[in-house]
Amino acid sequence: MDIHEYQAKEILAGYGVKIAEGGLAYSPEDAVLRAREIGGNVWAVKAQIHSGARGKAGGVKICSTLEEVELAAEAMLGKRMVTHQTGPAGKVCLRLYVEAGTDIAKELYFSFLVDRSHERIVMVGSAQGGMEIEDLAENNPDAIKKIYIDPAVGLLDFQAREMAFALGLDATQISHAVRLISGCYRAVRDLDANMLEINPLVVTKGGELVTLDAKMGFDDNALFRRQKIAELRDKTQEDSREMAAADRGLSYVGLDGDIGCMINGAGLAMATMDMIKLAGGEPANFLDVGGGASPERTEKAFRLVLADEGVKAMLVNIFAGINRCDWIAEGVVHAVRKIDMKIPLIVRLSGTNVEQGRKIIADSGLPIITATTLAEAAEKAVLARNEQVAKEGAA
Amino acid sequence: MAILINKDTRMIVQGFTGKIGSFHAQDMIRYGSNVVGGITPGKGGQTHLERPVFNTVKESVEQAGAEASIIFVPPAFAADSIMEAADAGIKYCVAITDGIPTQDMMKVKQYLRKFPKEERMILTGPNCAGTISPGKSMLGIMPGHIYQSGVVGIVGRSGTLGYEAADQLKELGIGISTSVGIGGDPINGSSHRDILEKFEQDDETKIVLMIGEIGGPQEVEAGIYASKQMSKPLVAYIAGLTAPKGRRMGHAGAIISSVGESAAEKVEMLQDLGVMIAPTPSAMGETIAKVLAKM
Repeated sequence: MDIHEYQAKEILAGYGVKIAEGGLAYSPEDAVLRAREIGGNVWAVKAQIHSGARGKAGGVKICSTLEEVELAAEAMLGKRMVTHQTGPAGKVCLRLYVEAGTDIAKELYFSFLVDRSHERIVMVGSAQGGMEIEDLAENNPDAIKKIYIDPAVGLLDFQAREMAFALGLDATQISHAVRLISGCYRAVRDLDANMLEINPLVVTKGGELVTLDAKMGFDDNALFRRQKIAELRDKTQEDSREMAAADRGLSYVGLDGDIGCMINGAGLAMATMDMIKLAGGEPANFLDVGGGASPERTEKAFRLVLADEGVKAMLVNIFAGINRCDWIAEGVVHAVRKIDMKIPLIVRLSGTNVEQGRKIIADSGLPIITATTLAEAAEKAVLARNEQVAKEGAA
Repeated sequence: MAILINKDTRMIVQGFTGKIGSFHAQDMIRYGSNVVGGITPGKGGQTHLERPVFNTVKESVEQAGAEASIIFVPPAFAADSIMEAADAGIKYCVAITDGIPTQDMMKVKQYLRKFPKEERMILTGPNCAGTISPGKSMLGIMPGHIYQSGVVGIVGRSGTLGYEAADQLKELGIGISTSVGIGGDPINGSSHRDILEKFEQDDETKIVLMIGEIGGPQEVEAGIYASKQMSKPLVAYIAGLTAPKGRRMGHAGAIISSVGESAAEKVEMLQDLGVMIAPTPSAMGETIAKVLAKM
């Protein structure tokens, strides 16, 4: 789960990390008020969306008058911003963060991430901040310092010092940097974050270290014990269908294609989508209905897939292990009867009680296209999709 | 021979008396697994499924000679149960539980490393379907009847995609020595490579099928091992061709977050390492058959 910049900064401030003075605004008037409260004569108005690279999408504006603050806020609020991290649909900006301007002398990069191959949290830093770490990793890997944290003892002071020196800080800044680094680490550890990125971390002209941008992501599996973090969820930043699916215990990811999918198991779901692609089609979604696909659950899954109006055909692929095919088949027949389906449905069942399952589909009298293998199911789905598109085009 | 579990392996179930634990314990017993009891703290001394219930894993090791365990404990407590098993001297543990926090798994891995290698418990999972040595024993939640006994070793992240592979092989009359699910989480007990090492040493296994997916470095690490140190052929399929970057595809670990983690990149790297690739998920069985025919 991701949170906003201002939320991450509030959390970090609680761990003793220095942030620039700032305030949240929901309207241009709010924004001006916040700027007045902060004082000074330079402000940054920042769109709060769950994405990096906001600057390029017009989501960060440096203002030197209150009028500019108001205009910037007007331009950003309600706008859908598209970055390379948001996908083509973009994310809508409904909150702004107004912050005191910072005199930047130097920009650094600093983060904590989960390193899967070392199975540890890794601290990453670079004296070359501002750009994305992936670009830096590609163009200048030697400029990146990585330090691994032992989960048994946690971050040690000497590691924090090593990082501070690697960031090119001078002797007077080291103790401040160690405080900042260990504060960040404690936030990551105590709150089950799987990502904390400060990019840039800036050195001001006065020699102070300031967290200019902050991004935090949290382990979904740990939210059960991080209630306060779970409350920071901003549903406006997430796909509404994915949220609805999650609330129903289904795992759904919306995609750009037009063949809807309902599959049990994440691996089989990905494999089925691969088959669709290889057969010349494009999947409209990832949907794992999980192990116990009851008739109610099946119906919910159907409604979810069909809520996407771009879907031209739907493919159901179930490998019944603990499940039974006859039970799944009953659920499918029940769902199709209850929902008035206007697009072709392809069903492939395999595993426990497959013969009974196929018989239930055949005996239902419904126009369900059946398949026995994965390849056949994908081919039939693409064919049915093409026919449906031709039919709609003719009508 | 098979790997990890055999006909005689004495097994316990952690989370024995719960609904899910009971259901699958019964299934394992029906399959012929040597289930010697289970653990539910506070219910020690009772009998469940005609087998003893113990308060601690240690008691089950001392009193019933438990060697392997399977965990059905809820996510909040699962890491603790895994470490309890390791401490009690269990040799092999399967964690079925889905949803264990990443930082808990980091602690588990660190805890396991404190044991000398020869005494260290082998862990597979979490978030997996378990392990089966067809015709011998099952420590998992898979439908046992779709697995035929034979010479193919399978290691994979996903449950149902593993079933799909077993089913394709069965259709072709090809059997399996052992099938191991390593789970869909970002940090797991054993990697693909760890399991390949076991298959390499197993007399019964002649060829290995690795079923990987997007996210993480493990498939490529396994490919490097196979190209340098394995005498047996390795066939691989990588799921997730259509997965967009940065989106989690069901499994907590199935997310492309950096370079080299997409299906296309993994396939390319594996091919460069000389690993035979099943080009589609429906070709897993026939690719194995082709390689077997040439052996």
